[in-house]
Amino acid sequence: MAHGAGGKASRRLVEGLFAPLLYGSLQQSLGDAARVEMNGTPIAMTTDSFVVKPLRFPGGSIGELAVNGTMNDLAVGGARGHSMVVTFVLEEGLLSSILEAEVRAMSNALRRAGVAMVGGDTKVVERSKADGMYITTAAIGSPLPDLHLDARSVRPGDKILLSGPIGDHGITILLARGDLELEADLRSDTRCVLPLVEALVQEAAHGVRWMRDPTRGGVATSLNELARDCGLGISLLEEEIPMRDAVRGACELLGLDPLHIANEGQFVAVVAPDFADLALHALNNAPGGEDARVIGEVRKEPANAVLVSTRYGGSRIVDMLAGDPLPRIC
Amino acid sequence: MRYVDEFRDPGLITRAVEEIHRIAEPGRHYRIMEVCGGHTHAIYRFGLKDILPEDIELIHGPGCPVCVLPMGRIDDGLALAQKNDAIFAAFGDMMRVPGTHGSPFEHKARGTDVRIVYSPADALQIARKNPERQVIFFAIGFETTAPSTALTLMRAKREGIRNFSVFCNHVTIVPAIRAILDSPDMRLDAFIGPGHVSTVIGCRPYEWIARAEGKPVVTSGFEPLDLLQSIVMLLRQLRAGEAKVENQYKRVVPWEGNRAALKAMAEVFELRPHFEWRGLGFISQSALRIRKEYADWDSEQRFDVPETRVADPKAAQCGEVLKGVLKPAQCKLFGKECTPEHPIGALMVSSEGSCAAYYNYEYRKTASLVTEISSVA
Repeated sequence: MAHGAGGKASRRLVEGLFAPLLYGSLQQSLGDAARVEMNGTPIAMTTDSFVVKPLRFPGGSIGELAVNGTMNDLAVGGARGHSMVVTFVLEEGLLSSILEAEVRAMSNALRRAGVAMVGGDTKVVERSKADGMYITTAAIGSPLPDLHLDARSVRPGDKILLSGPIGDHGITILLARGDLELEADLRSDTRCVLPLVEALVQEAAHGVRWMRDPTRGGVATSLNELARDCGLGISLLEEEIPMRDAVRGACELLGLDPLHIANEGQFVAVVAPDFADLALHALNNAPGGEDARVIGEVRKEPANAVLVSTRYGGSRIVDMLAGDPLPRIC
Repeated sequence: MRYVDEFRDPGLITRAVEEIHRIAEPGRHYRIMEVCGGHTHAIYRFGLKDILPEDIELIHGPGCPVCVLPMGRIDDGLALAQKNDAIFAAFGDMMRVPGTHGSPFEHKARGTDVRIVYSPADALQIARKNPERQVIFFAIGFETTAPSTALTLMRAKREGIRNFSVFCNHVTIVPAIRAILDSPDMRLDAFIGPGHVSTVIGCRPYEWIARAEGKPVVTSGFEPLDLLQSIVMLLRQLRAGEAKVENQYKRVVPWEGNRAALKAMAEVFELRPHFEWRGLGFISQSALRIRKEYADWDSEQRFDVPETRVADPKAAQCGEVLKGVLKPAQCKLFGKECTPEHPIGALMVSSEGSCAAYYNYEYRKTASLVTEISSVA
C-alpha cells in the first residue's frame, strides 16, 4: 500500500522500475505532466487515477476530484487543460444514482475548469473488487507562454510560495471515514488551481522556476522531491505555513504532521527573489488566493533536505512521508 | 489554539532558555533522561536541542511501548490471529513494527485480516459487528493505555461478548526506570518524568527515585515550554543540592493519579512475575497480565500461544540506545541498514523511538558530522 501513498515508496517505484523500463528516452525530470511535441506543436500531457473512500465527502466527491486533479497536474506543469478522456471502473452492484451523481459532479467541474471531455471507457468488476468506483483520466493541454519550469533552474535565495491553507482535503477524508469519531467544520479544498496559476504567470512568468500540487504525501513530500532534484535545501518557517485551526487541532490530536497531509486545491511555487513580491501580490489579488504566503526559501544547506524552523529557534528536518500517515496512540 | 499556542510562545520560550543558561553551573555537564517516548518525539519535533546549552545532554529513556516489545510477542500475536482466522486489531503505532515474518501491514498484504483501531473499544465494536469471527486486540502501552484496555475487558465481560480477546503486552514504567538506574554503565543527574503515564499513576510512584537514588524528577508536559520549564526546575534542584519529585504538568497530572483508572486496572490486571523487554532483558514485575476472572477474554489463556523467542539482530545495538548508553547515530546500523522505511530495530519503527525521531527530525541537519562520527567508531 505504501507504494501508492505518494511518499518514498512511490518515488522508488517510479525511479527504480517505471522510469528505466518505460520512460527510457525521458530527458526532463519526473513531474506531474509530460511535455511532448507533435508536428512542432508543444503539448502537455498527463494521466491520473482516483481511488478514494468515501466516494463523497464534505466539499466534494470522486468525480469532481478527478477533473480538478487532472487539470491541476497540467496547471502546475505550466499548461492549460484542453481536452480530457476518462475510464470508469465500476464495482458490480454500484447504485446507478451514485454513478449519476458522480457524472454530474464531473460535468460541473469540467464546465468550471473550461475543459472538454472527448471520450471514455467503462469496465465493471465483480463485487468487492473495487471500492464502488475508480476513475482514471488522461488529458492534454497547451503550455502557458513564457514559462520555463525546471527543478534544476532553482537557486539559493529563491522564495517558496504556497497558494493557501494546507491539509483540508486529507483531514476531511480521514474524518469522513468515521473511524475516529472526531468532528470538525472542514471541507476538502478540491478545486482547479489553473486560475491562480494563470494569475501568477501573468505577473511573474519569468520568475517562476518550479510548481507542484502537493497531493498525497503533502507539501513535505513535494518539497523533498524538489530538494533532491535541485540538490539544495528548502528552509520553511513553521509559523508562516497557512493552516486552519481544525486541521492543526486534528494533527496535534492524532500525532500527524500537517506537512504530510494531502491537498487537492493548492500548489507550491518556487519564484526568483526579484519576482517574489509581484508573485505574492498576484496570488493574493486573485479569487481564492487570499491566503497565499511566502513560506520559506531555498538555501544551500541542508542539501537535499527540507528544514522547518520555528520563531523560537528550534528546527527539524521534515522528510518525505514513508507509507501512509498513521495516527499515534501511545 | 488554546493549550497549545501559549506553550509555544517565542517570548516565553526565549525567557525559559535564558533562565536555563543563567542557572546552569558553568563547566558542569548535565545528563538528564526523558523517560517517555512522547518527550523524545517532542524534543526532536520542536528542535529543542538547537536552543539548549550544549552542556545539557538529554538522554532518551525506555518509555516507548512499541520499542521495548520483544519481536517474539509480535510473532505470537500474529500467529494466533492466523491460526484462529481471527481479526487482528491494533493501534497504528504497531502496524509497521517488524516481526520475524514481517510487520502486521505485511501480514495484511498476505491476507491476514489486520485492522487499525484508535481505541480498544473500537476493537470490541468490530467483535460486535462480526459475531462469527474472533477478534484479537493486540494491547500495548504503559499505564497510559492500560485503563482503556481494562474498561473494554470489563465491558466485554458485562455484555458477554465471546468472540473478543486481548493479547496483553501492557508494561509498567517504574520497573523500567529501576532497571536503567541499576545499569552499571549509566550515569544520570535527573529525570524528566513521564507525562501521560503520570495522568494515571500520579507522581508518588517516583518518590523513591528522589529519596533512595538522590535524583530529582520533574513530571512534564509535552510542549516546548513544558519541557524547558521542567529543565529549569531540575537545574534548580541540582543547584540547591536537592532531590525531590515535582509536578510541572499540573494542568493534567493529579499528584495522586486517576483513582477510577487505577481501580479499573486493578480489577482486570495483575503483575506478571517477569516479562521480557527488548534491549533490557527480563525485568521482574514489570508487566501486566489479565486476571483469571477475565480468562475468557485473554488471548493467552484462551488460545495456544507459541511463545516465540527471537534474539535481536546481533549488529543492532537497540539495547544500548534504549538505555541511553549509545546515541542513535552511534549504532553501527543507523541510517544504513536501519531506516524508518526498513527498520531493523524497534527504535526505528515507532515515531517515539529515539532512532526514528533522531533520523526523521535531526539526522540530516548534521549528516556530514554523523558520517564522521560513525567512521571513527
